Amino acid sequence: MARIVAGLATSHVPAIGIAMDQGKTGEPYWKPLFDGYDPARKWLAKLDPDLIVLVYNDHGSAFSLEVIPTFAIGVAEKFLPADEGWGPRPVPVVNGDPKFAWHLAESLILDEFDMTIVNDMTVDHGLTVPLSIVCGQPEKWPCPVIPLSVNVVQYPPPTGKRCFDLGRAIRKAVKRYDDDLRVLILGTGGMSHQLHGERAGLINSEFDKSFLDDLSRQPQRLVDLPHIEYVREAGAEGIELVMWLVMRGALDDDVTEIYQHYHVPASNTATGLLILENLTE
Amino acid sequence: MNNFDDIPGTYLFDKDRCHEGYHFNMFCKSLTEPKNRDDFKANEEGYLDNWQLTQSQRQSVLDRDWLGMIKAGGNIYYTSKIAATDGHSFQYIAALMSGTTENEYRKMMVDGGRSIEGNRSLSEKG
Repeated sequence: MARIVAGLATSHVPAIGIAMDQGKTGEPYWKPLFDGYDPARKWLAKLDPDLIVLVYNDHGSAFSLEVIPTFAIGVAEKFLPADEGWGPRPVPVVNGDPKFAWHLAESLILDEFDMTIVNDMTVDHGLTVPLSIVCGQPEKWPCPVIPLSVNVVQYPPPTGKRCFDLGRAIRKAVKRYDDDLRVLILGTGGMSHQLHGERAGLINSEFDKSFLDDLSRQPQRLVDLPHIEYVREAGAEGIELVMWLVMRGALDDDVTEIYQHYHVPASNTATGLLILENLTE
Repeated sequence: MNNFDDIPGTYLFDKDRCHEGYHFNMFCKSLTEPKNRDDFKANEEGYLDNWQLTQSQRQSVLDRDWLGMIKAGGNIYYTSKIAATDGHSFQYIAALMSGTTENEYRKMMVDGGRSIEGNRSLSEKG
């Protein structure tokens, strides 16, 4: 039987990927951020998961405004890094696991989550930057990755409750899988940031730190948080944080917090990283 | 008034903005292809003729009026592809949209970012 052993949430700021790709991680601007990633990388190497379910959003790369899937799952053998206007990132191809991904898609749909099934898609910084953050710069990623994309670009995104419940359904689907896999789930995006308009550059560290703490200990407050509170308090693009609730929903009610890291800024954004393990592991 | 309109300096990408900005954002999306970037850079006006843009959308692109693009239905994840084509970062256009310079903006971010205090609602802002 497969099981989810842990969850990790992290921001997916494109500039973090660029800093790594251009060898700038030791510069004074970036060093404090990357120093904070070291413990997460060591933890991941030790955990050595068999598979990662990576919850992220596409930023007009694989998808556009032509078709806007609220929840989509990649079932392909592999996913190439997307060209976002400056050429694809120089990172490894992301290998999927079609057998697991199709099982997950079937299970979720029969569990009343109407997933869009994607056979051919590229993956943008939303997916590759979290992998870079937790894996560094390997020649290939350490395990297969299932891309699970959430629309947070077009209003309305799914509610926090819907995201949390999707996590619950992912957890059921993983338990129903026969192969003995240890699965890590990643929720990505956030934390507070606004990229557009006169309010660009907004940071709300108080909101972010409460979010980090409550995601571990009392996620129900966040499950009930309406969209407008994210937009007002965490910035318009801070709404990405609903994706962290998918990760949390996939874990046990009681979890062990392994690590927390928070840093301002990475480009326009407050960055957070949180690692939670299931007690049953 | 939509409740979100009470949040200052924020243009929620909702149904109306998607409808208004559809062709504009799809033009931006086209710049994820290297050949299209080359064509656009070689002849901006001619390239824009291929897309059904409103006059204000078209002019905002030619003027690199980043805030004007957003007000005309552009979405930041799409308009940023014009910036990428120009070789500019998110931070550069964020600075211009908020009415400052890249250096000033960068300093604001290093100092902790734009404060939430006074920026939650128009009424709070006064």
